[in-house]
Amino acid sequence: MIEGLPPALILFAGALLIGLTRSHLRTAVILVAPLLTLWAVWQVPDGTVATLPFLSYELTPIVGSSLRRLFATVFALMAFTGGLFAFRQARWQELAAASAYAGGAIGCSFAGDLVTLFVYWEIMALFSTLVVLCGGTPGARRAGFRYAVMHLLGGVILMVGIVGVIMQTGTLAVQPLRAVDFATWMVLIGLLVNAAAPPVSAWLADSYPEASPTGSVFLSAFTTKTAVLALILLFPGEPVLIGVGLYMVMYGIIYALLENNVRRILAYSIVNQVGFMVCAIGIGTEMALNGAAAHAFAHIIYKALLLMSAGTVVYRTGKTLCTDVGGLFRTMPLTAACGIVGALAISGFPLTSGFTTKTMISEAAAMEHLGLVYMLLAAASAGVFLHAGIKFPWFVFFQKDSGLRPKDAPWNMGLAMAIFAALCILLGVYPQPLYDLLPYPVTYVPYKGAKVVYYLQLLLFSGLAFFLLLPLMRRTLTISLDWDWLWRVVLARAGAAGYGALGALRTWLEARLRGLRGLLHPPTRSLLAPKDDDDVAESARDGLLARDWAIGAAALWIAVLFIGYMAVYLL
Amino acid sequence: MTNPKDDHWLVRPASIRLLWLIFIAILLLTVGVQFLTGTDGHFGIDGWYAFGAVYGFLSCLIMVLAAKGLGFVLKRPDDYYDKDAGDD
Repeated sequence: MIEGLPPALILFAGALLIGLTRSHLRTAVILVAPLLTLWAVWQVPDGTVATLPFLSYELTPIVGSSLRRLFATVFALMAFTGGLFAFRQARWQELAAASAYAGGAIGCSFAGDLVTLFVYWEIMALFSTLVVLCGGTPGARRAGFRYAVMHLLGGVILMVGIVGVIMQTGTLAVQPLRAVDFATWMVLIGLLVNAAAPPVSAWLADSYPEASPTGSVFLSAFTTKTAVLALILLFPGEPVLIGVGLYMVMYGIIYALLENNVRRILAYSIVNQVGFMVCAIGIGTEMALNGAAAHAFAHIIYKALLLMSAGTVVYRTGKTLCTDVGGLFRTMPLTAACGIVGALAISGFPLTSGFTTKTMISEAAAMEHLGLVYMLLAAASAGVFLHAGIKFPWFVFFQKDSGLRPKDAPWNMGLAMAIFAALCILLGVYPQPLYDLLPYPVTYVPYKGAKVVYYLQLLLFSGLAFFLLLPLMRRTLTISLDWDWLWRVVLARAGAAGYGALGALRTWLEARLRGLRGLLHPPTRSLLAPKDDDDVAESARDGLLARDWAIGAAALWIAVLFIGYMAVYLL
Repeated sequence: MTNPKDDHWLVRPASIRLLWLIFIAILLLTVGVQFLTGTDGHFGIDGWYAFGAVYGFLSCLIMVLAAKGLGFVLKRPDDYYDKDAGDD
């Protein structure tokens, strides 16, 4: 690698080339760019690699550490496998946007200063919006717009915070902070918007299921996990994160239980899983941060696997609702098997990657004697098995026979799923390679007889609960209201009402003015006001003070005023 | 699909009965095996015999009921937001 060249640039160049090339050459770009990036990620040494002057500060766009390389590695891995999954089915615009989006995530991973972090953060917001829009439906267009508004708002909040922090500390460096004043709170809130924390969690479940079957795979990986990395770097041990994380964990379970849209169930469970990580960052010990990082790594793989499985079903059947599918295991055995592996992994079943990573977080809570947190996380583990571990595969691949007999996954989709399914099991059986990549030394032993039995009881008996309570979980053609109801309905109606009131006020004022004009001295009236009361456009041409001004004239006057102001100010 | 024998092995009533029996056997096994492995508790209560089984079942029961209860308040027809969206 050329010294000081950001690994993210390879994916940005890839995004550009995807647009410029055709057929096999394009496929080569889609698959080779992430692999080159992976190689470049591992060439980044510890510490500051490159600096760049900016105003009176110095930017550090590339800073290496084991934590940063860990996240960049899984982002590159995701870009490769996602590309393999999507390259024959997705539109080239989506593939290019996804490549740039992954580049943004890798840029964030190595950002050593807040300004660089912010720039890559906004690049991600931009290109992830494009991925949502590539869903191509009117629903995707509306969801993409709401998604963009939410992320631009989050970006503004983050920027306000970053400027405040720089003013206070005098340094741009990404370093641990505490949420103690306005600026640091703004940074924290800006990061939490991207982590889908309350009360804005709804953006995630709103937009991801509207993307194309391939687009939601890319979306699941980067935005929330970049936020997790930024939280680990900026707010390790921030106590408020424990509560935020627990809310997200429970929110994800409850809403996923109520949901009927297959991919929205999985979107809610992203919030649930990120909740585990946010909670771990709040605990903040070395073991907890290791757990958060390891869980993020494992989560990206099994969540992408789940969305690949769901995406394949959507791609083959065109159906998105649990009520429309079922019994698909007959003709889609590979997709079903990979979906089940992903479902077991997300539930933290022993011998899967979820078990070797998520239990670290519970263990960290226990070591800090956080009894309530530990117990709630255990209940949540049971709940994950309930809403994602069984509910997803059961309603899609089993339950009633929908009569659908679609073909199994195309070869590239099947191969991508097989790779990630194998990784889920590999990291569950032999987690040591992942443990070696973690930021702190690992002394944790995942497999101890009594603990494995405890988790098997917890999970299998929640499985029993699922099948006994099935009558209570009948699928309905509904959505569930979330906090976003406040702005999508209440605020929208208030806005419409306010607009209506302004219109009425204007009509009233115009009527009053027309009455007043009659009282004026005739020459004054001709200067100010219309000759013909019924035609306002006519009046605009005739009244000296009432007519439209050309924009050029207005600009000239503003320039004159500005020069005058400058003259007065400088003298 | 009139004859259940024609359908996949997994969905025949006899197989489902068999799968339930296997499942119950595994459940009993995970509880029984704690006599050998002992328990792994951090806070006393979670070191009780078969705590994982009871806690897993009960927390799922509570979560399903909580979701059901919240559903009465939060559920809307799935075209709820689209009604106002207009024809763009």
